[in-house]
Amino acid sequence: MRTTLFSVATLAFGALGSSAIAMDCETITLGAAISLTGKYSTDGVHTQKGYEFAIQKIKDDGGVKIGDKCYNFNVVYYDDESKGDRGATLAERLINQDGVQYMLGPYSSGLTTAIAPVTEKYEIPMVEAEGASRSLFNKGYKNLFAVLSTSEQYLASAITLAAEMAKAEGKDPSEVTVAIAVENDPFSLDVRAGVVDDAARFGMKIVIDEKLPRDLSDMTGILTKVKLVKPDVLIVSGHAKGAATAVRQIGEQGVSVPMIAMTHCESADVVGNFGDFAENLLCSTQWSETLTYEDPIFGTASNYHEEFKAANADYADKTVPYQVAQASAAVYVFKDAFERAGSLDKAALRDAIAATDLMTFYGGIKFAPEGNNIAKPMVLRQIQGGEYKVVAPSAFASDKLVWPRP
Amino acid sequence: MDEILFNISLLIDYPIVNLKIIIDGVMIGALFALAAYGLALVWGVMNVKNLAQGDFVIAGGYVALMLSKAGINPLFGVPLAFVVMWGIGWVIYKVIITRVIERDLFTSLLATFGLAIMMAQLMNLMFGSDAQSVNLGYDTLRFADGIIDVPIAKLIGVGMAAVLAIAVVLFMKRSRMGQAIRATAQDARAARVLGIDTEKVYAFTFGLNAAICGAAGAIIVMIWVIQPFYGIGYSVRAFVIVTAAGLGNLPGVIAAGLGFGAAEQYGAHIFGDGYKQAIAVILLLLVLFFRLLQQRRNRQVLK
Repeated sequence: MRTTLFSVATLAFGALGSSAIAMDCETITLGAAISLTGKYSTDGVHTQKGYEFAIQKIKDDGGVKIGDKCYNFNVVYYDDESKGDRGATLAERLINQDGVQYMLGPYSSGLTTAIAPVTEKYEIPMVEAEGASRSLFNKGYKNLFAVLSTSEQYLASAITLAAEMAKAEGKDPSEVTVAIAVENDPFSLDVRAGVVDDAARFGMKIVIDEKLPRDLSDMTGILTKVKLVKPDVLIVSGHAKGAATAVRQIGEQGVSVPMIAMTHCESADVVGNFGDFAENLLCSTQWSETLTYEDPIFGTASNYHEEFKAANADYADKTVPYQVAQASAAVYVFKDAFERAGSLDKAALRDAIAATDLMTFYGGIKFAPEGNNIAKPMVLRQIQGGEYKVVAPSAFASDKLVWPRP
Repeated sequence: MDEILFNISLLIDYPIVNLKIIIDGVMIGALFALAAYGLALVWGVMNVKNLAQGDFVIAGGYVALMLSKAGINPLFGVPLAFVVMWGIGWVIYKVIITRVIERDLFTSLLATFGLAIMMAQLMNLMFGSDAQSVNLGYDTLRFADGIIDVPIAKLIGVGMAAVLAIAVVLFMKRSRMGQAIRATAQDARAARVLGIDTEKVYAFTFGLNAAICGAAGAIIVMIWVIQPFYGIGYSVRAFVIVTAAGLGNLPGVIAAGLGFGAAEQYGAHIFGDGYKQAIAVILLLLVLFFRLLQQRRNRQVLK
């Protein structure tokens, strides 16, 4: 404590000492290896835009105030080409050659998994916004922090919702039956694990538990079983191809399940591609612009949404994806932590990040000792009339759940 | 194990499901059969085992996808993909295949394997890695309490596949070029001596193969989804089917394709959809095993 006070004091005096305080803020350099080309390039660019928008907003707001000096962020970007080994090499380069002391995360769990050991080795604090795999948070990393909800939370809330609905009908939640169809990849298996845990908590029975192949283009077999077994909840997770295949064939086969929840509805554009087939599906998302979250820099979620669209012409006629919002939130965490640390020292900064307890337009941010954010729930949106309406968590919901799905 | 028993019990408790699985399987098999048919052509005529077969299928799918994005009815994508892929196939023949045709097996395998990787990456760069499909918005026919459902789009797709298959069979039997192709397949040297321009026949055959695959892909994008890296699945299945049916028997290839589709659906129902690809490969092993047992040394030619 004494040392922190002392260092704040020296900084403050140091600033005073240089008498005529420069009006221009100084620069804090962050580093990021990000997928600007390759298979993740779309989302990589979303991430970069989110970082840059936040940096500009913080600058407009007077910058990061440490002592009585002010700083602006600047990011050194490298393109990791969506490849893990490249990401790790670039992280080394950022740290060793560019002397970067603080890192923003890459896009995807895979890339984050590749970079985290490097930042850990050099004890460089990294705040990431796009890696949700829970395997990132059981390795004992001390310098990795994620603002987003981890992947096992993606559809677990659908189970809670199904339990609520059962209770409202006067049934016991343990009577609810669940069918699961997930891809056999780390992300989807995390999603499944979360659902299985929550179902077990309510004593629900899992009646179908199938894995989807990686080159999925047909799941008529599974859906036929669903028609025969008639579960109360159907969970599907298989990235965009899983969502596209499922929505198309659920519609074609006329599968009628009271609740169908899936991931990646937006990236598969199920509404645009399949119209009515997508009606009343539940889709999980990290964030939605209709949520009632708010903070002093970005304002409300919808304010963020409008301002981002105004600042980025290519998003003008579409909904800003959550990947953008969470990237901005990661930059905000850095600002907040720098100001609380009152120093540019990376160890002090790391401790300040670990102690973050912040409400943002993106949701609450508070890190578990493992580095994942425990203050923000996953959001479930239901497609109603071709639009995504937030139906859970109920405290922030804008619309009522349509249940059972006709 | 419990799951497998449960899945089998479903088949017994609801016998109608068997019919549903066979219908689904035959419809998928019809499209596998087209890709296999093209492979049998190329294999039989020029002895090139084309590993890029599936990537031709996917490329055809993207042709139809582009057309529907331009606001034109995707059904026209089938003939368009046929034409466009013919052109692409012809170019690929002139640039690559013609150089490896006289070489040993491994050169042509390596060349087409490289081609497959390159095509998949190119499509990834051009169209992105998301899975895409075209929705025709047609209705679904339902029978037996809705257990059996036949989307009209699927029916149209399979119908078009059948028309294409019949047209190609007739073409091979009746037309002058078809005769030349068969003659070249029987004995290229003799054909050359008798005045057939075999180089032209090869280019034509390879173009025809790419065109058939392309049309299949254009149908697939209307009933399932495509993604730049899905090609390999269609390549593997084409190989299984051709190996099972033998080269000498084009209608046999189609029959084998339909049977294979149904077998795969059964396997997926019993063991789970996650094992579909594995089932395809296991079927290939079984086929190879029985072929080896037969060891009939009769020479097979394209008829």
